[in-house]
Amino acid sequence: MTDHKNKNPFIKYFRQDRLPTIFCSGCGIGITVNSFLKGFESTDLDFDSLALVSGIGCSSRVPGYIKCDSLHTSHGRALSFATGLKVGNPDLNVVVFTGDGDAASIGGNHLIHAARRNINLIVICINNSIYGMTGGQISPTSPKGSLATTAPYGSIDTPFNLIDLVTAAGASYVSRWTTAHPLQLSRSIKTAFNNKGFSFVEVVSQCPTYYGRRNNLKTPIAMIKMFKENTVNKKKADTLSDDELLGKIIVGEFVNKQRYEFSEQIEELTYKKTEKKPIRKSAY
Amino acid sequence: MTKELFIQGNQACSMGAIEAGCRFFAGYPITPSTEIAEDLAISLPKVGGSFIQMEDELSAIGAIIGASWSGLKSMTATSGPGFSLMQENIGFAHMSETPIVIVNVQRGSPSTGQPTMTGQGDMMQARWGSHGDYEPIAISPSSVQEFFDFTVKGFNLSEKYRVPVILLADEIVGHMRERVLIPDKTEIFKRVAPYENSSDFLPFKADENGTSPMPAFGDGYKVHITGLTHGELGYPSSSPDDHSNLVRRLTNKTLKNRKDIVSVDLKYCDDADIVLISYGSPVRSIIETVKLAREEGIKIGYLKINTIWPFPEEEIAKLNCDDIFVVELNLGQIVYEVERVVKSNANVHLIGEIGGRLPKPTDILDKIKDLV
Repeated sequence: MTDHKNKNPFIKYFRQDRLPTIFCSGCGIGITVNSFLKGFESTDLDFDSLALVSGIGCSSRVPGYIKCDSLHTSHGRALSFATGLKVGNPDLNVVVFTGDGDAASIGGNHLIHAARRNINLIVICINNSIYGMTGGQISPTSPKGSLATTAPYGSIDTPFNLIDLVTAAGASYVSRWTTAHPLQLSRSIKTAFNNKGFSFVEVVSQCPTYYGRRNNLKTPIAMIKMFKENTVNKKKADTLSDDELLGKIIVGEFVNKQRYEFSEQIEELTYKKTEKKPIRKSAY
Repeated sequence: MTKELFIQGNQACSMGAIEAGCRFFAGYPITPSTEIAEDLAISLPKVGGSFIQMEDELSAIGAIIGASWSGLKSMTATSGPGFSLMQENIGFAHMSETPIVIVNVQRGSPSTGQPTMTGQGDMMQARWGSHGDYEPIAISPSSVQEFFDFTVKGFNLSEKYRVPVILLADEIVGHMRERVLIPDKTEIFKRVAPYENSSDFLPFKADENGTSPMPAFGDGYKVHITGLTHGELGYPSSSPDDHSNLVRRLTNKTLKNRKDIVSVDLKYCDDADIVLISYGSPVRSIIETVKLAREEGIKIGYLKINTIWPFPEEEIAKLNCDDIFVVELNLGQIVYEVERVVKSNANVHLIGEIGGRLPKPTDILDKIKDLV
């Protein structure tokens, strides 16, 4: 890492005294975090206004490594903490890092209600179709038939389509990319930062350690190759039949539509009642 | 000038919250606490605060912890079933030292129980409900006036020690209407901000009272807050020493400041052979019982517990009497704490009433006469 050419250009945003990370080699979280920071850098937002919130799981460890105000909460509940933080101080740029289990299983109710409120924050959902932190159990996005420690004969559950879920619930910006699309992902994160409302960015990611090894995708490269070969852009997907789309990962922007935002409406109500802006940090 | 009002307990609680500086409420409707939310939905926007009806109690407590880190005094209100759902993040608030106030207007339990009737079945849940070692602060009002006063006190203690404070009210105190005096000036504890510059600040290094100043998100301190065991910098740690030091410090915040936190009221105890102990709405019955008994020449006094947790051990151990009757609206919870504290120095008896009625003073007196 002393070689200047190989130095991560985003290292300045890290709590360097906490490195190395706990992530396994080949994990997709690194690519996601780089794309996130690249996307953030391309906005004109102040890094000091960034607040990262997370729940429990591998992806939820991200905020602990970034040098900003960070809140690592309980399993599934990150969005409720983020809701209080954002309403309490709408000047903060709040981003929630979560995974498929944290967001769609234990935190599913908070996910749909945050989307319904269209509260101005970003959810980066790193979907690796497995519970990595606990050692490889099926998640609500594990493909039917996939193998996991709690599905030794293949998963019999039908996976959630997170894009459909948050779209139906009312999210105003929705996109999905994979770790094989880092540039598209960072552009999407920039768009999400500029969206005044609930933005959901799904990152289909690899867990070579617990998902790949059991499911004939033994290396990170094999997994990323699979993403590359199996992704279809949304525009093209719209012209294909369900049979043609079987087993494919549809990527792209699904929703980008402004509507009333939650924390702003609360501020407006206060203004209507008091003719003053709400006082920030009034506990002091 | 002091204001005189005739209001409901739940209203007094919401007024106390506004008075204490609460500017954020998140909750979920549940009988018999709902009036607190309804009241704050009206009053918070008028004082520049925010009200959110959340999707459930799991998220209600999450939202108030988030809002507390945004720099606002925050509160939620619930009853037994919702209090059960809040347990996981009560633990988070202890571990992350987040000041919040949780009001539990207790009802008949277990399970859905008696939503519209009173009960005191959650006393031990407030003590032990979340997993692990922690020392909660819980206070219990027995009148509408106290529901106002104790809500203010709850916020002050929560901010001072950076711990969640639980107000253990009950349906009778919540729904009863009484005369309340609202002073024109109340003593309010303001949250303490860090005094170092951001690069030297250790967010979890304790000051003299065991806690540390609390920065708000966005202040530039770039703090990391986690429910994981952490060191003084806030970073996760798997060191046995870090865990031991942290959890001992957190529990000691409450235990070592007992004198500042604990409050009881004693009446007629000096010459008493018999002492009645109670908290919350049944206090009203025991005061009457003591009057009746004294008229009959029975030497009896009472001790009213205001601070349930930390338990007023010293105050109860000091009682010099032959018999103690603990009157509570459950089948025996605080009575075991009293037994633990008085050891064999007095006979401890339980008068436990469930079903939603307050015990009648005459019935209490009859039971005392039967047993002593």
